[in-house]
This record gives sequence, C-alpha cells and structure tokens, in this order.
Amino acid sequence: MKTAYDEMYAADGSVRESYRSYADWLRATPQEVIGRKREEADIAFHRVGITFAVYGEDAGQERLIPFDIVPRIIPAHEWKRMADGLRQRVKALNAFLHDIYHGQEILKAGRIPAAQVLGNSQFRQEMVGVEVPEQIYAHIAGVDLVRAGEGEYYVLEDNLRTPSGVSYMLEDRKMMMRLFPELFAHQAIAPVEHYPDLLLNNLRSVAPHGVVNPNVVVLTPGQFNSAYFEHAFLAQQMGIELVDGNDLFVRNDTVFMRTTQGPRRVDVIYRRIDDDFLDPRAFRKDSMLGVPGLFSAYRAGTVTLANAVGTGIADDKAIYVHVPEMIRFYCGEEPILSNVPTWELSKAEDREYVLAHLAELVVKEVHGSGGYGMLVGPTSSAAEISLFRDKISARPEGYIAQPTLSLSTCPTFVDSGVAPRHIDLRPYVLSGKEITMVPGGLTRVALKQGSLVVNSSQGGGTKDTWVLEN
Amino acid sequence: MLSSTADHLYWMARSMERAENTARMLDVTYRMSLLKQAVAEPRHEWRAMLSISGLHEDFEARYAEPDADNVMHFMALDEKNPGSIYNSIFNARENARAVRGSITSEMWEALNSTWLEMRGIHAAGIAEDGVSRFFDWVKERSHLSRGITHGTLLRDDTYRFIRLGTFFERADNTARILDVKYHILLPGIDGVGGAADYYQWGALLRSVSAFESYRKVYRDQITPKRVAELLVLRPDMPRSLTTCMNEVNRLLQEINGPRAGELMRRCGLLHSELRFGSIDDIFARGLHEYLSEFLERIYDMGDLINTTYFRFADE
Repeated sequence: MKTAYDEMYAADGSVRESYRSYADWLRATPQEVIGRKREEADIAFHRVGITFAVYGEDAGQERLIPFDIVPRIIPAHEWKRMADGLRQRVKALNAFLHDIYHGQEILKAGRIPAAQVLGNSQFRQEMVGVEVPEQIYAHIAGVDLVRAGEGEYYVLEDNLRTPSGVSYMLEDRKMMMRLFPELFAHQAIAPVEHYPDLLLNNLRSVAPHGVVNPNVVVLTPGQFNSAYFEHAFLAQQMGIELVDGNDLFVRNDTVFMRTTQGPRRVDVIYRRIDDDFLDPRAFRKDSMLGVPGLFSAYRAGTVTLANAVGTGIADDKAIYVHVPEMIRFYCGEEPILSNVPTWELSKAEDREYVLAHLAELVVKEVHGSGGYGMLVGPTSSAAEISLFRDKISARPEGYIAQPTLSLSTCPTFVDSGVAPRHIDLRPYVLSGKEITMVPGGLTRVALKQGSLVVNSSQGGGTKDTWVLEN
Repeated sequence: MLSSTADHLYWMARSMERAENTARMLDVTYRMSLLKQAVAEPRHEWRAMLSISGLHEDFEARYAEPDADNVMHFMALDEKNPGSIYNSIFNARENARAVRGSITSEMWEALNSTWLEMRGIHAAGIAEDGVSRFFDWVKERSHLSRGITHGTLLRDDTYRFIRLGTFFERADNTARILDVKYHILLPGIDGVGGAADYYQWGALLRSVSAFESYRKVYRDQITPKRVAELLVLRPDMPRSLTTCMNEVNRLLQEINGPRAGELMRRCGLLHSELRFGSIDDIFARGLHEYLSEFLERIYDMGDLINTTYFRFADE
C-alpha cells in the first residue's frame, strides 16, 4: 500500500495552503499548552457527559468518544464541489425511493435489476403506494466520504436510516472554540452551530398536509441506546420533546403524546428507532420500543416519520453500485461524486476475482452496518480470511468487495506525539421542501496506527471539521 | 409537558433534596454523638436515625448493633441501601440524564459532576476527619443544584415539577426529623434550659438550618414547644411544614390540569389546616399523632400526584 494522501502535508513535505495558518500556530504553541488543553477537553467532555454506550463487552458502560484537537480542514472550492455532489446524490436517492414504492420506472427501464430491489429484505412491501409529504423519504442523510489516491473524494456509503454522530460535530466545534478561540479569529471558518435550526425547519417543512404549527418530537429507543446522548441533545437544541414509545399512543389513526395536561397530538416524528421496532403491530411483534398502531397512522397520512419507513433499500450495499445510474436516470446528469469501485459477489466473474484476491480487498456484508460484519484483507489473519471465504461461498449475494482504499490521513495526537491517522467524513444532508446542510460534517479518525476503521465502536475518535470560507 | 418528563423532574428534585436531608440528619447525629456528656445512650441516637428513614430492617439484616461507623456507612455510602446519599445522588443524576433535554445544560453539568465526585468519594471512602466535610459537600451540591435551577430555568411546568419534588420531599423529611428527634429528646423535658438541652435542641434546629432563625424569632431560651411551632407552623421558616405545603399548594394550582381536582382539594385542605393551626391544638392532640397523620396524608397525596400527572390510562 503506498503512502496515503495527507490532509496537511503535500508529498514533498510542505504544508498545504489550507493548513498554513494552523501549522504556523501549532509550531508556535508550546507543547505543554497543547497538553493542558487536551486534558481540559477530556474533563469538559466528561462533565458535559458526551458519552456513548458500547454494545458487547462492558455492556451498559458509558465511554468517552476520543476527541482530537487537530482539525480537519477543507478548502472552500473542495467543499463547494462536494456539496453540489451531495445535493445531487441525495436528490436522486429520494427520487429512487419514491419511484420504487410507486411506478418503479427505473426497474421497468431495466436500469437496475428488479430482483435486486424487489427481492431485497430491505424493500418494504408495506410502503408501496404510501404517499409521503414532498415525496421525501430520506430527510436526514449521512453520506460517508473518503479520500484516496491523489486526494479524490469517494462516497463509501449512503446512510439513509438513522445516521448518527451529528452531535459530535456540534460539540467538537464548541470545544475547539472554547479551547482555541484565537484560531477562529485568524481564519474565516464556516459556522456549523445552526444545524439544529436547519433540522427543525426541515422537519416542520414535511408536516402532514394542512397542519399549520406542527408538533415535532424526537423518538428515542431509550436511555440505554448507544446514541441516547445525541437524541437528547438534538431535542434540547431544537426545543422539542424527546419521547420514547411509552410516551406515545395512537387513537383513531392519530398519534398522541401523554402529557401532564392530557393527550396532545403529534405531527412529525424524528425517529431514531429502526423500522423493525417502530410498531409491534406492523413489524417486529416483540418490540417494546415502538408504538402500537403507529404505522397505520403513518399510512393514513396523519403523521410524518423522518426518515420514512423503507429507506434501507436505498443505502443497502447491494444497491450502492447503482446510485450513479440513479443519478443519470432521475437527474439526467453525470454523478459529481464517485462511487468506490465495487465487485458484486453475486456475479460469477466478480466473485472469481475477489476470492483470488481476498488478502488485498475489503469485503462487506450487504445488510451489515457499523463495521461489525466486514473483512479488511490486508490487516486480517489467514484464518479470518478463510472464514470469510467460506461465508462468501455459502451466500455470495450477501457480500460486496472493494479495493482497500488508502484513506487520507490527518495529523493526530497519539501517545508518541503527532502522527498521521486515517480519516473519513460524514456530512449531513437535510431534505424537505429544499435541501440544506451545514458546511463540513463529522470527521472520524482511526486512532490505531494503520487502521482504516473509524467507527466509534471500533476505537475511532472524532475531529472538528473546518470548511474555509475563502 | 410529557408525563414521563414530569415524573423524572419530580424525582430528580426529590432525590437531591433527600440526599441533602440525609446529610443534615447524619451530621447533627454525628455531632451530638461526639458530646458524650450530652447523650446518655449514643446507640439510641443512631437507631433513631435509622427509624427516621424507615430503613432499620434492611440495616439489621446486614449490620451489627448500630454505631457511628456502620450507620454512617449505611446511610452515606452503601450501594445496597436505596436511601443512602450515594443512591440518592445516583437517582438524581439518572433522572436528570433521562430528561437532560428539558433542563438547562448548567443544571445537568452540576448534577453530573456531583455524581462523578460522589463516585470518587465512594471509592476512596470518608476519612474520620472528613465526615463533616463530606456532609458540607452534599449540602453545597444540593444548594448548587437548587441555585442553578432558580437562576437558569424558564418558569414553566419544568420548573414547577422540580419545585414540587423539592418541597414535597422536604415536608416529608422535616416531619420525620421532628417526630423522631422529639421522642428521643422528650425524656429531658424536665431540665428545660439546661446545658444538655441546649445542645440537643440546638442540634435539631441546626439540622434544619433553623438555629439562627429560632434566635431571631423567639429571642429566648430553646423550648420544645417553640421548636415544634417553628418547624410546623411558621410560614417564614423555609423548611417548615407550612412553608412546604404553601409551595406545594401554589405549584399545584399553577400546574392544574384536567385531572387535578381531587389532588388540589386534599392539598388545599392540608394547607389550610396548617395555615390556621395553633401549636396548642397540636400539642393537645399529641405531636407524634399529628405528625404521623401528616406523613400519611402526604404519602397519599404522593400517590395522587402519580396518577394525576405521571401514570394514567389512555382515554
């Protein structure tokens, strides 16, 4: 694997234009000041309680998500192109979702194999013919971008169900401004703090038809969910109620919340519960998290769910390969952002190649998420590779493979000092009456040397993300 | 407001108030136990401490004869005692965590730091010379939480349910302290004005921060009847039963709601009885009988608060 693209340093070791001001500051600031600031950040994050729960070992424990003080800096022109590409992509994904739950024109035109969509477990038959406001399904999309090779951006995946992490984007910025206010005086850095306003406006814009002053709530699985902090944080920042399933009930196909003054109608639900658990009458019978009758109310059009039910079909890894084609089909444009080259293991020739090159590739389960069900060939043992070989042979349609991208790196504080670590980027794209976003997004960093896995569940950390305004 | 949110806010406030009152009771008992000449039978004091909280059965099942060390450990740090200061602070923090979107970030941060520090104290233990410092710390953290609530929170139902929890718990605690301490101290009633009496009644007053107030109000020696009057009937005494029920009554009228009729009726009745009550009538009936009935009535009202605002059937 050749040396990765570094965000701060060019191949000849010189500092890139976008980092010049920061690099000067870093050089001029004494080590002990930096060390003190890092400790201060740690204490502050603990005190504010920005923690996440980890599944599996130490279940129920709260841990701090590591925060790194070296920002990821994106020049204005790069962001502009990225933002155009994100708008285009999310627009096409929403058009695709509306299409496959209505006329299925893209399938009729033969642009995507019908079996891959209709036979996919993420395709929700119950959503066929259901009308949703503004024909928007993915109101909040978290599109994961990585940089590889000479610095080209690629879309790694489109998270269209309940993408998380935006609270870290906001808290990281708040922390950087608190620790290093002077940095923000030196440079014009695009603000991100208005994200909750954009989100609330977006949610209000997709209220059911005829509702003038919609009651918007955040629906959480509860305080033991790994992202509970974020659910509470967003509800507070938007000034709306945070509810769990027990706070809601459905009567006459209308959703109400239980309040101290009696029942109050609910119009828009920003739900952070997966489809399967939303309504025990419609989906998983054993769900204790959802609201009986919610899906029936949703179909009747009295309440908006954001994101809509059934968006999982559009961010499934088996469908991912077709997104560029969706953009061509629905927007009549060439995609601005590239997909990562992807082998579909359901295809014989792809499979043959992948099985012969497992040690070089990344293999992903198509319905998996969160980095739990994947193989990173170059860093895996022979035994792990052979285990995946068996899995693929048993169920080839369950996997895709991609080249091991050498993700870009960014200087990061580690035990031995400052060293390059791999990063990705998750911008949050909001779709309602219009498409909005704040510049940048969440930068995740793999803190282990050489690691390409940035997920917080796998020891990843976060960085503040700066989009320069000029 | 969401019923579940109101429930958490109410219990957040009750738990923190309980932590404070437990610290107050322990502190005064500890100080009195140091005055060997003042207390004939120190064990009696520690046993009384357990019965105030209604926790003697749990204690007896797990500890030996009550003494300063084990009662203090049980009431302050024991993780298995649901009423310990440790668990009260834990409960306050967990309830706050569940509604951190409804309270101000300053409130959450204060409660969360309190819990983090409590965990540290729990791990390190309380040194012999640090006992009073620990109780002062608990009181300060409670004062801090209340002060931040007062200084940062919008005066809506969020604020009202928090205050409701605070005064409800305080009414309960003041009645309990007075009831139990009064019984222990009563045998000494003949020696009114003696040095021992001065310390004992003085300590009771101090446990509810009423010592200076007593001086200001009565400008005279400490007598049991006046102590009872101060803690039951004085409307200007911040921890008296009348003050607590004044607040509860006013808060319930402001919160109101379609199901609140019976709750408000009972609260109004109890409040009027206190407001127009006299200490002579109360003593004629017997202070213990009076306080037992008071505790029973606010316990029933607690149930009614639950079914009026927090848990009710969908209509």
